[in-house]
Amino acid sequence: MKIFRYILILLFSFSCSKDDSSSLPEYVPTPLALEIPILFEQKILPPIIPFSNPQTVEGVTLGKKLFFDPILSGDNSQSCSSCHNPVNSFTDNSQFSAGVDGVLGNRNAMPLINLAFNYDDFFAWDGSEFGLESQALEPVENPIEMHNTWEQAVQNLQATSDYPELFQRAFGNNTITKELVTKAIAQFERTLISGNSKFDRYLLGNETLTDQELNGFNVFMDETKGDCFHCHGSNNNPLWTDNKFHNNGLDAIFSDLGLGSVTGDPSDNGKFKSPTIRNLAFTAPYMHDGRFNTLDEVINHYSEGLQNSPTIDPLMKKVAEGGVQITIEEKADLKAFLLTLSDSDFINNIAFQNQ
Amino acid sequence: MKKIIVVIIFSLFIFSSCEDDVVSSLPNTNVSFNFTHNWDGILIDNSDFNEIKYFNENSNELSIEKLRYLISDITFYKENGETIIIEGYKLIDLADNENLSYVTPLEIPVGLYSNVSFTFGFNNTDNIDGSYPDLNSASWNVPMMLGGGYHYMQLEGKFINSSAAEQGYQYHTIRAVDNSDSDNLVFQDTFFTVDLGQIIIHENSNIGVKMNVAEWFKTPYSWDLNIWNSMLMPNFDAQVKMYDNGQNVFSLGSIN
Repeated sequence: MKIFRYILILLFSFSCSKDDSSSLPEYVPTPLALEIPILFEQKILPPIIPFSNPQTVEGVTLGKKLFFDPILSGDNSQSCSSCHNPVNSFTDNSQFSAGVDGVLGNRNAMPLINLAFNYDDFFAWDGSEFGLESQALEPVENPIEMHNTWEQAVQNLQATSDYPELFQRAFGNNTITKELVTKAIAQFERTLISGNSKFDRYLLGNETLTDQELNGFNVFMDETKGDCFHCHGSNNNPLWTDNKFHNNGLDAIFSDLGLGSVTGDPSDNGKFKSPTIRNLAFTAPYMHDGRFNTLDEVINHYSEGLQNSPTIDPLMKKVAEGGVQITIEEKADLKAFLLTLSDSDFINNIAFQNQ
Repeated sequence: MKKIIVVIIFSLFIFSSCEDDVVSSLPNTNVSFNFTHNWDGILIDNSDFNEIKYFNENSNELSIEKLRYLISDITFYKENGETIIIEGYKLIDLADNENLSYVTPLEIPVGLYSNVSFTFGFNNTDNIDGSYPDLNSASWNVPMMLGGGYHYMQLEGKFINSSAAEQGYQYHTIRAVDNSDSDNLVFQDTFFTVDLGQIIIHENSNIGVKMNVAEWFKTPYSWDLNIWNSMLMPNFDAQVKMYDNGQNVFSLGSIN
C-alpha cells in the first residue's frame, strides 16, 4: 500500500514537473473594453470587433501613436491625422485633402466616429473597403495620399528604437508587419466613439431642448417634411446613419460613380455612403465631394436643390419640385436640431489627441 | 436484502427512464421557413431590382429597389387545440439573398398541425417603440409622432407616372394612424395573421412561404401609384388599403 502511495506521489511530481517545464506562458496583452455610451447599449447592437483583433490597452496605445505619426508616409510628412483631424471629428476641413506630393484627392475625408458600429463593415464613401483593418492598408500606398510602400513603412518602423517594443507589447511580436500596423490602427479607431451630445443628454433626461430644436427634430422625423430619419437614424438609432449607400440627388450626370465604380453595377452609380450627422458642427464641408460649405447649403439641397437621375433614391421625394420644400422657419429649426448632435467632449477627449 | 433494494431502485430508475423516453419518442425539431417572392408567379430576387419591368393591376409600370418586411410570432396549432407560439420576429431583406430564411429558435414536436401561421408586422403588444436593438440598428423605426414602434414593410422603387417620367414610390406599411390631432392619435390595427394551413412537420422541415408582390397593388384595391406613391406612413386611408391588399399576398410554398 505504501508503494502505491509513493508511485502516486512520483506521478504527481512528474506531472507538476512537466507543467513547470512547458514553454513560457503565452504573452497576452491587457484586454480593453470599449466605452460604450448608455444610449448605444440600450438602443443598438454591440460593436463589431473581429476575433482576430481584440481590443487591448497596448494595441490601442500603439494604434494611437501610429495614427498620429507621419512615419507611415513616403516623406515622413503626413499621418492619418493630417486628413482626419480630431478637432474636426476626425475629418478634414478642406474640401479635398492634399497628399504628401501636394496632389488633391477628389473626395472629402470621411469623419472617423463610431466605426465599430458599422455593422456591414463597408468603409469609405464608395464602400470599397471591407473591414477597418483592410481600410487602413490603402492610404499608405495611395500615390495621392501617403505615397509610400508598405515594405518601406514597415522597414522604417522596425528601425526605430521604440516601435518594435510597442509591437511586442501589443501583439507579443516585435517583428513588424503591415497587418499588425493596421490591426493597431483599427483598434485605436474603434475607440473613437461619440455619444455625448446635447441630444443624447436630452434623451437620457439630463438636458432640455429649446422649442426650436424640438421643432427641428420634428421636421427631421416627419415624412411629409424633412423625412431624414429613413437614412440618418433617429432617437432610436443613435448612430444617425444607416451606413447604407444612396444617391441623394446631387447630380444629374455623375463625375464620380461612387458605389457603382466598386460594384460595376450601373444601378449603383452615384450612390455614396450616408455619413453620420453627428458632429456636423465640426465636419464641414459636406457631402462626398465636400461641395457644401455650410449646413444651410445642405438643407437647401434637400429642400429645393435635388437633381434627378436614373439611380436617385426613391426616398428623395418631390424631386420634380426640387425637394421636400420646407419653409425658411423649418430650415432654421432643422439646423438648430442638427447642431444638438454635436459632441464637444468627443473632439476634446484627451485619449483621442496627439499627446 | 440490500441487494434486493438496489435491484428495485435500479429497476425503478430504468422503468421511469423508459417512460420518459416513450413520452418524448416523437422527436422535437427546429423548423425553417424559406421566404420567396414573385410577381404573379415570376420569381423575384435582388438581381431583378432597379429595372422598371413590372406592371401592376392599374397598369403602372414599376421597379423594385428595396423590399424589407417583418414577420413575427410564428404559431403552430395542434389538432387538440393547443398552440405553440414561437415568440420572436424576423426582418426579411431581399437585398441579402442569405437573409431569406428563418429557423425557429425553439424546437417543436414533429407531427400534424392543423394550421401554421405568422403575423405580418408586429401585434400591438410586441410593437414596442425602440425595444429591439437589431431593428433599431436597421433603422426600422416609426417616428413617435406616428405612434412609434416599427415598420411592417418597406417596398420602394420607381414607376412611370402619368407624365411618362420616372418617379419614386415608397410603399411603407405601419400601424394606421390618424395624426390630424397630434395630441390625440387615432390608430387602426394593420398587422394581420397569415394562415398557411395544415402542415405535417417532419424533422428539420423547411416550409416555403411565398409573397406575391403584385398583390400589394391588386386586391381588393387596384393601386394607382400616380395617386399614392409617397408619404404614405401618415396616410391613414392608404395604410388601411395596404392592409386590405395584404390579405392575399402570402401563400404556402413547398414543404421539404
